[in-house]
Amino acid sequence: MARAISPRKKLMWTALAWGFGLLIFFPILWTFLTSFKAESTAISDPPVWFFFDWTVQNYHDVLERSNYPLALMNSIIIAVGSTLLGIVIAVPAAWAMAFVPGDRTKDVLLWMLSTKMLPAVGVLYPLVLIAKYFGVMDSRLLLVVVLMLINLPIIVWMLYTYFREIPGEILEASRMDGASLKNEILYVLTPMALPGIASTILLNVILAWNEAFWTILLTTVDAAPLTKFIASFSAPEGLFYAKLSAASIMAIAPILIMGWFSQKQLVRGLTFGAVK
Amino acid sequence: MATEHSKSAARIMIAPAVFLLLVWMLIPLCMTLYFSFADYRPMRGVFDAWIGFDNYVRFVSSSSFLSSVGTTLWMVGGILAITITGGILLALLLDQPMFGQGIVRILVIAPFFVMPTVSALVWKNMFFNVDNGLFSYFYKFFGMQPYDFLSQSPLLSIVIIVAWQWLPFATLIMLTAVQSLSSEQLEAAEIDGAPPLARFWYIILPHLSRAITVVILIQTIFLLSIFAEIFVTTNGAFGTRTLTYLVYQRVLESQNIGLGSAGGIVAVILANIIAIFLMRIVGKNIDN
Amino acid sequence: MGRITLEKVQKKFGEVEVIPPLDLTIEDGEFVVFVGPSGCGKSTLLRLIAGLEDVTGGEIRIDGQPATNLPPAKRGLAMVFQSYALYPHMSVRKNIAFPLKMANMPVEEQNRRIETAAKALNLTDYLDRRPGQLSGGQRQRVAIGRAIVREPSAFLFDEPLSNLDAALRVGMRLEISELHKKLETTMIYVTHDQVEAMTMADKIVVLRAGHIEQVGTPLELYHTPRNLFVAGFIGSPKMNIIGGETAARHDAMHIGIRPEHMEIVESGGTFVGKVGVAEHLGSDTFFHVHLAEMDEPMTVRATGEVGLRYGDTIHLTPQADKIHRFDKKGLRIA
Repeated sequence: MARAISPRKKLMWTALAWGFGLLIFFPILWTFLTSFKAESTAISDPPVWFFFDWTVQNYHDVLERSNYPLALMNSIIIAVGSTLLGIVIAVPAAWAMAFVPGDRTKDVLLWMLSTKMLPAVGVLYPLVLIAKYFGVMDSRLLLVVVLMLINLPIIVWMLYTYFREIPGEILEASRMDGASLKNEILYVLTPMALPGIASTILLNVILAWNEAFWTILLTTVDAAPLTKFIASFSAPEGLFYAKLSAASIMAIAPILIMGWFSQKQLVRGLTFGAVK
Repeated sequence: MATEHSKSAARIMIAPAVFLLLVWMLIPLCMTLYFSFADYRPMRGVFDAWIGFDNYVRFVSSSSFLSSVGTTLWMVGGILAITITGGILLALLLDQPMFGQGIVRILVIAPFFVMPTVSALVWKNMFFNVDNGLFSYFYKFFGMQPYDFLSQSPLLSIVIIVAWQWLPFATLIMLTAVQSLSSEQLEAAEIDGAPPLARFWYIILPHLSRAITVVILIQTIFLLSIFAEIFVTTNGAFGTRTLTYLVYQRVLESQNIGLGSAGGIVAVILANIIAIFLMRIVGKNIDN
Repeated sequence: MGRITLEKVQKKFGEVEVIPPLDLTIEDGEFVVFVGPSGCGKSTLLRLIAGLEDVTGGEIRIDGQPATNLPPAKRGLAMVFQSYALYPHMSVRKNIAFPLKMANMPVEEQNRRIETAAKALNLTDYLDRRPGQLSGGQRQRVAIGRAIVREPSAFLFDEPLSNLDAALRVGMRLEISELHKKLETTMIYVTHDQVEAMTMADKIVVLRAGHIEQVGTPLELYHTPRNLFVAGFIGSPKMNIIGGETAARHDAMHIGIRPEHMEIVESGGTFVGKVGVAEHLGSDTFFHVHLAEMDEPMTVRATGEVGLRYGDTIHLTPQADKIHRFDKKGLRIA
């Protein structure tokens, strides 16, 4: 709109927006502040906001006296591992669907997306059974595979949409230039699609990191990622708010930062193109 | 561009993804189907390979099933109501000219990236907790008895937690849709003398209808499988047992595999019905 | 080295037959232009030759060797795409080097060829730039350079000048023609612009709906078009076609006479009409004349300036030996 807006109106909207924004963000902010309080301060009545003795003792406690480092490692391995595995399988599939479309390409794509709609409880017991049979219960391998499978539809979908934006003629030119299929994908497609691939990785690492069904039910101790680790704080004894806050901040901080960069990818990846 | 060469290459390239997803779909699902027709209670050493539809009948006619469906409807419905109205309002707000819009967006988006267990525990302990939570403090500040959210309104509490997490998603979608509305339509309406409310109702809202439908369908599918939030707060007690949670309990807690599997199949059927609608919309878009 | 034959080559997309069985021979070193209106199948034909599409039927031979089932990389052809299809993430040098790299050529040989091509195309100063930093004409040259270094048996051009502005187009036309004279390699060139066809080709193939309407040198097509379609397609402005009694008088269903073969006479002309719109180009003037014998205005060319104005009466007489006659099937009567 080319109309000038009165500065007063702009300030009003600003105040309103910031107000609601801070309201929505508040729980995260409060957790952040609480993580630096002593436990007694954390539950003080009235609650303290900024002016207290900031301490990092909670972070020390969580890091040293609990399984946090293991859980963190597990989260990283599971989230990154499942996503990268998914990428390796999805790139060829997305290439095929984007550049050699057939009559059934659309149906295959829709079918893949529909597998994501399968309620996890519908396959819960068989998966437990299979995991126990192969002796992979509570293993990172199991979770990498399972999370790869549940995110594969989204990875394929996102790569497909990014690949479609690449002009097909450039790939044809590479074929005329003598590039084999492997070379075409390696030297021409991948470099051109790198931003799209990066975005896909970003969003899916976030989704895998936050996955809280399989990571809780298929792990006990060894492979428990941060989702399960935090869940163990649900029935604790004694004062623990500050420690919970510290553990929470450490669990969510990396993803919050990644998330701030991935808003557009979120829309693209999770609405399956139904909204432009 | 398609030659025999590229077509056969394409088939090979797509095979692993299709194969894996096919296996992922079929094998566990068939196993669940198989178990659903059996009476299998490992803790009691019971195994009868075929009892027909007994499990289904038992599951669907049990009072827990009915109440779990009700719970699911209330939960999903409540979350949808909050996120969609909130999402539309926030989207309209964020579309206005202001200072620091980028930062406000970051603030509003953040909850979506918090893992469910963290958000559930933070809300449970630091906000809802009747002794030490912030809400209690506010109640006391105003001279009222603190409200024990989790005991007195457990369903509402969970709705609040999950709605807080999904509001950013709805907002982002709505914002994308709002920004795709050409300002010319609105300006024309303004020139024609339409007041803001009328402009919203007759122009903006219909334009958003597609986005709203998508948000409803996608969120419903994800909300049907809410798990972690219930797991760490009420463990399904006090009327917070959704269909998903009921099936989980039957399978993993009470270990009635047959019954739980039947329930799982029921859940799958229900989810599929919703998925069909969503896929139709997505399918139309792929053609573009 | 670059002799290409098409025998009964046919292309169907599903049930739709886009190119019915077609025969064509392209001699080594020829500059052949496929020309025709949109959708006539010229690009499809080029892509069949390139190997980017499979033929539904028929045989393609390159230098006598069967090429019908060979993938594009193995046919020894190079293609310049309409959008140039340069690799945006590679420098000009890497773009041109790419086919050589794919052929596992030793680096010194690669560099030698790149330098030669760059010099021939005036690209030496731009070798380290990216396509995004180049103008349309420069990108064109890079695309041509990438094709040249492969030393192919034939070059394929798919409407390479459509994306350039008019002035640039004329210049590039000359450059491509010069290139052909220098390299003496077969070139197959697709365009919808008959001016490009006429000025550049050794041989023109006129296509309509997948059919070859006529194959011949530019002048053959100009002087002896085989049917009404070719007569109307070649030559700008279009040939005037007249039917009815006038044609009957010449023992034909239709007769055609080009604007440049109509004489303006003072009086007693074969045709008498009223002057409509006149287009003054300085060098020529084109009159659109309303006649009783034609539904549309007849186009007449006059050299220099002629003092006729809108509404004036005009007398026209065609040059007798330049009248084309067509029978009721639209075919030329000798």
